[in-house]
Amino acid sequence: MNFLKRFIRNRGAVIGLVILLAVMIFAVIGPTLFPQSPWRMVGRPFTAPFTMDRFPLGTDMLGRDIAAGLVHGARVSLLIGVISTIVALLIGVPLGAVAGYAGGFFDDVLMRFTEFFQTIPSFALAIVLVAVLQPSLASIVIAIGVVSWPPVARLVRGEVLSLRSREYVQAAVTIGQSTPRIIFSQVLPNTIAPIIVMGSLMVASAILLESSLSFLGLGDPNLMSWGYMVGAGRTRLLDAWWISFFPGIAIFLTVLALNLTGEGLNDALNPRLARGRK
Amino acid sequence: MQLWKKAAAAVIITGAATGTSNVWAQAPKTGDTVHVVVQPEPPSLMQGLNQNATTNMVAGNIYESLLRYDEKLNPQPSLAKSWEISSDAKTYTFKLQEGVTWHDGKPFSADDVVFSLDKFLREVHPRWRPIANNQIDKIEKVDDLTIRITLKQPFGPLMLALEPASAPIVPRHIYEGTDYRANPMNNTPIGTGPFKLKEWRKGSYIHLTKNENYWLKDKPILSEIYWHVIPDAAARAVAYETGKVDVLPGGSVDVYDVPRLSKLPNTCVTTKGWEMMAPIAWIAINHRNGILGNKQFRQGLMHAIDKEFGRDVIYGGLGKEPTGPIASKTKFYSEDVKKYDYDPAKATELIKASGYKGEPIKILGLPYGETWNRWAEAVKQNLADAGVNAELVNTDVAGWTQQTGNFDFDLSFNFVYQLGDPAIGVARSYVSSNIVKGNPFGNVGGYSNPEVDKLFAEAAVAPTEEKRQELYTKVQQILTDELPVLWLLELDFPTIYRCNVKNLVTTAIGLNDGFRDAWKE
Repeated sequence: MNFLKRFIRNRGAVIGLVILLAVMIFAVIGPTLFPQSPWRMVGRPFTAPFTMDRFPLGTDMLGRDIAAGLVHGARVSLLIGVISTIVALLIGVPLGAVAGYAGGFFDDVLMRFTEFFQTIPSFALAIVLVAVLQPSLASIVIAIGVVSWPPVARLVRGEVLSLRSREYVQAAVTIGQSTPRIIFSQVLPNTIAPIIVMGSLMVASAILLESSLSFLGLGDPNLMSWGYMVGAGRTRLLDAWWISFFPGIAIFLTVLALNLTGEGLNDALNPRLARGRK
Repeated sequence: MQLWKKAAAAVIITGAATGTSNVWAQAPKTGDTVHVVVQPEPPSLMQGLNQNATTNMVAGNIYESLLRYDEKLNPQPSLAKSWEISSDAKTYTFKLQEGVTWHDGKPFSADDVVFSLDKFLREVHPRWRPIANNQIDKIEKVDDLTIRITLKQPFGPLMLALEPASAPIVPRHIYEGTDYRANPMNNTPIGTGPFKLKEWRKGSYIHLTKNENYWLKDKPILSEIYWHVIPDAAARAVAYETGKVDVLPGGSVDVYDVPRLSKLPNTCVTTKGWEMMAPIAWIAINHRNGILGNKQFRQGLMHAIDKEFGRDVIYGGLGKEPTGPIASKTKFYSEDVKKYDYDPAKATELIKASGYKGEPIKILGLPYGETWNRWAEAVKQNLADAGVNAELVNTDVAGWTQQTGNFDFDLSFNFVYQLGDPAIGVARSYVSSNIVKGNPFGNVGGYSNPEVDKLFAEAAVAPTEEKRQELYTKVQQILTDELPVLWLLELDFPTIYRCNVKNLVTTAIGLNDGFRDAWKE
């Protein structure tokens, strides 16, 4: 109850959540609104927006419905954002937890390994990974996951380091709980709040990363995504601005909404910080 | 009415004025510089060893061959001043130009020609080698300015195989007795052509200057050519708009930029100069892969693809729908073949009847920019509408070359040059003897029909044009029925240039040897 109250107090977060829910609803019911494939050439190419009822947002250079593309693209963007964040968490959380709890030599090795990934520019690495693996849904998710786990590992390690010396953890050690059990039942549950906040922000950056890859032509060629729409329309920006504009706005709003929501979650889940703000 | 008359008079007067100015402008001005885009940057300018499209475009003005070709593909004198063909069509005698020197000052003679055709190109040139080995009996020097080629059997296409990219004449004094491919002089090409290489700044530009000792007295008229390397298509268009370059060769900007650029002031557009290449875009089919070996299925695919949409919407209306393997612009084209209109219902029916069970068919797009990406997407959707479970595969140029050349594809976009004569440019994609790994421009699909092999072989050496036409008509009828590939479009490549650059495109290979006669007003 306390949590909800704190969340609602942050107006930005509520707006973000509303936008996010709208995008999600579109993603879920979209295919019923636009049952046809968004790749289908359904109308005259270069129909301007708001001129034909059938194509409220106009058509692109091949006569494909932009509204249909947006709705189907919402699905792809959210899907890739969420799955690749899960992949990143699955790599980062265990690594950080082990490094933080074991300390010493393990910590050193794992953190050097993490730093190795942090020194490579993440977008460049993602491009290389996708290019080597051939662009597909799986390779894009893997690439985004691989470039975005290091901050998670460092965050979790820091949290675990500070939790490790708490009395209740010491108590668990004294009563003879096994190390994995201590990590999973005593330490990790207490790191969930910062992980959730970070995860929501990571979904936003994953959506951006996927859009950038698609923009460069490294998206899955069989999936309609917002980044692809912006990329395909950019060469026609001078005579048909709407092809790139609407998907661009969609990316902007979604990423903004995720960031606002993430910040709201941060305030709500971190009572000390929220109290400080009062 | 009055107004109308005035307007008409004004038009007539203006017309007369321009007419006069044209007459006065006929004396070409010497000493000018022309800036041209070259994309991608050629790997080498040694034309005998390398025939990439852009190598030919630059090096065709440095090297020369025995002949040039006009827009109707009629042979014109180049290094050969005149020629004679014996009545049995087996002996060709070429008289060479007098007073020709190489760029390093050494004299040119029949020895250079014999060395080039008999030794150098026979060893290194993928298109000259089969001609030299299969058709030519001997190449010999008659005197210092005469050579004679004796054929094993009549081979009409020989007269179309003597353009700079197919048979460039290289200097004997530099190459004889050396390892041709490792010769250090490959970096500083020495030809007989109207322009010499002055400087090549990798990644930036190639600078050619006038050959002062060129054998045609008042040619070339231009004194310098800069070929600019600009990797991004949009940046190339901007370079033209801002006046940095004067000429955009065919294919150097995306097709949808063509209408916008051609509306700029002082801008001319021509689709001429590609008669020798006459490229046809098609989708290669891998006949080894299950259902793709089924003729009925392929016919279904051909009906499923909206070729008119491809031409008008995707390729900006620049081209003509092909009817079969031989381009309508080249010799021996026949219209008397089976045609496939866009008919999704019929396509669905044919595909169903062929026993197709929904197995995924992969489409490999051509990584040559946005136009080709859109094309692959449209074709994928066409096939999906006809019930084919099609999937797109994206890759880069190296990946495309490797996958197509090594038969690792289901359907693959490509476009291939016709090179003037079906024996040179068409047969290679359909005869079973050319099913060789490693080259994306061979018979990559593995199509094999002994009758087609036989017809192509006979047509190449048939004694008369009529006989050749008859055989080629037959081969076109068989191929359009069996569909070894899916022909999409006879591509036009518009050259965009400033109207004050005159006489730019005058031959069948356009810019590839056009700067000899060009000048700037």
